[in-house]
Amino acid sequence: MSSAAEIAAERKERRRSWLLSAPALFVLLFAASGPLLIILVYSFLPPGKYGNVEWGFSLDAWVGILYSRDIFDGTYKLADAHLTIFWRSLKLSLYTTLFTFLVGFPTAWFIATRSAQMRAVLLFLITIPFWTNLLVRTFAINQLIRNEGVVNTFLIWTGVIDTPIQIVYTDFAVFLGMTYVYLPLMVLPLYATIDRFDMRLLEAGCDLYASRWQVLRHVIVPVVKPGIIAGSILVFIPSLGAYVTPRILGGGRNMMIGNFIDLQFGAGRNWPLGAALSVTLLLAVAVALFVYVRYATRDDNRV
Amino acid sequence: MSSAIAIETRRALKEYGTGSHAVRALDGVCVRIDKGEFFTLLGPSGCGKTTLLRLIAGFETPTSGQILLHGKNITTVPPNLRPVNTVFQSYALFPHLTVADNIAFSLRMLGRSRSDVLQTVERMLSLVRLESFASRKPQQLSGGQQQRVALARALAPEPKVLLLDEPLSALDLKLRKEMQRELKRLQTETGITFIFVTHDQEEALTMSDRIAVMRSGKILQVGAPREIYNHPVDRFVADFIGETNFLSGRVEGDKIRLSSGELVAAETEGHSGSVTLAVRPEQVGICPAGTSDSLTAEIVDTVYFGTDTHCHLSLADETELVARLQSPPSGNIGLSRGEKVGIKFNPGAVQVLNE
Repeated sequence: MSSAAEIAAERKERRRSWLLSAPALFVLLFAASGPLLIILVYSFLPPGKYGNVEWGFSLDAWVGILYSRDIFDGTYKLADAHLTIFWRSLKLSLYTTLFTFLVGFPTAWFIATRSAQMRAVLLFLITIPFWTNLLVRTFAINQLIRNEGVVNTFLIWTGVIDTPIQIVYTDFAVFLGMTYVYLPLMVLPLYATIDRFDMRLLEAGCDLYASRWQVLRHVIVPVVKPGIIAGSILVFIPSLGAYVTPRILGGGRNMMIGNFIDLQFGAGRNWPLGAALSVTLLLAVAVALFVYVRYATRDDNRV
Repeated sequence: MSSAIAIETRRALKEYGTGSHAVRALDGVCVRIDKGEFFTLLGPSGCGKTTLLRLIAGFETPTSGQILLHGKNITTVPPNLRPVNTVFQSYALFPHLTVADNIAFSLRMLGRSRSDVLQTVERMLSLVRLESFASRKPQQLSGGQQQRVALARALAPEPKVLLLDEPLSALDLKLRKEMQRELKRLQTETGITFIFVTHDQEEALTMSDRIAVMRSGKILQVGAPREIYNHPVDRFVADFIGETNFLSGRVEGDKIRLSSGELVAAETEGHSGSVTLAVRPEQVGICPAGTSDSLTAEIVDTVYFGTDTHCHLSLADETELVARLQSPPSGNIGLSRGEKVGIKFNPGAVQVLNE
């Protein structure tokens, strides 16, 4: 009955929902997909002499990700420097994810088991670092750990050491900085799932002959797994593409992929290589995510 | 003799908080629970029955006193090392595990072999009649089914004692009746000692071998259901277990003079001075006014309950009491408001309680 009127109403409804989502679609199309497409195109062009790109077709950039051409005899060999950077990025990102989890889990558990009033205060404290610019916070860490910084000065003053410990401009410094920066991103999703965790399950596990470790391993971790997955993703992805932290705390030598890409668009004057590296990073993250989520959400039914 | 006792508590005392803020949840409870017994802890909320259960489970340690399991002191043994399992009020099923894995949990923690685990799980599933639900998650089950999973999970490791913390309180009436019979069947089949906590007196009466009535952290009376119902030790027990008429009076030889001035026959031995009489409504009979040895009363109201009719009566001094009469086939007991009648108590039904 009255199908014509219904269809008209439905059409109007659909038009309105399109209209409402138009701004978001516009932004996505031009601010996200557009640049991505340009990057993809650039990666197949030859580099210009003074940066920029020239028109033509070249796979040099893609080959250049893993191989470098000898200037004299033109032979290709594996680019060790690139591999070192990839490996460092992966290693530091994994360490950061693991360590933020090890620190973040007890923190989130602690917050979730406080009184409602205390929880609000603690969560507020967790979000305080977001108030300040990342650059400023990273320089602050630099100030703490550099050779003439607070930590070294204090240790020398108390006589524990004679010469400053080299912390800044090492992989460790980058790891430390990233752990600090990304810790809240691990704590917040963990808190959200632990908050919903039914504490009576702990007693049930204990009652059914599980030791404290077994309760943690077989009850708590599986139940809060969605939070662990979310937190790991939120930490791992920006870690892999980190730019500011390795730049300030790693110096010029301890580059990560982010800095390496930046280098190609700047002093390296090889835009296509930078573009190819960017696309590679994007694909690597997508594949890693896919594998991880598939693996982590797999049902471990064991009967 | 001690070999027949499953659980014994010796002056178990539990206080929460310290100093002047301490709240005594359990006040030196001594109780012996026999092997293979269906033992019920009954009392209003806050009486300490759940605290006692948690002490036996090991979730809490007593402030002082001891808890013995099969004659062994387990007061400080952690719950995961006690051969005692609990059915929780909220069931506390593991949401990430299937029904079968929930039941298998304890067996895996105990390191039982794979084939043993499979066999036991299968046996438990058939015991609670959930064979076809083995691979479901708890969220996909109804309340009654979850309840049965919780039972199977707790019974799987064959505990020496099974603790049940108001396990039926979340179920609707019909399901509750069904589960009461089911629980009784399971207890008989497995022969495991059940300690059942409830605030529902009817549940306690129908299922238990023995009942302990608790109030303010103390056990007031322990006994078989009939004993507790027919011979309550004090006014609280009489009032808490079923409905009771209370009449005050004074002992006069082998009779008691009620406040209305009339005399009632009762077992007065061991009592003197002011006493309270307790009479169950179903033990009050109505006869024509003026019958010898009857009390004079006036009908205040009659309330029809289907099988029974409750007859509210008032004595000469306006003491109120209720008689529960079986409804006749016509449904009308033929008594009307304001009518004068005589009432008689069945012989032996009058309990004398000290004030």
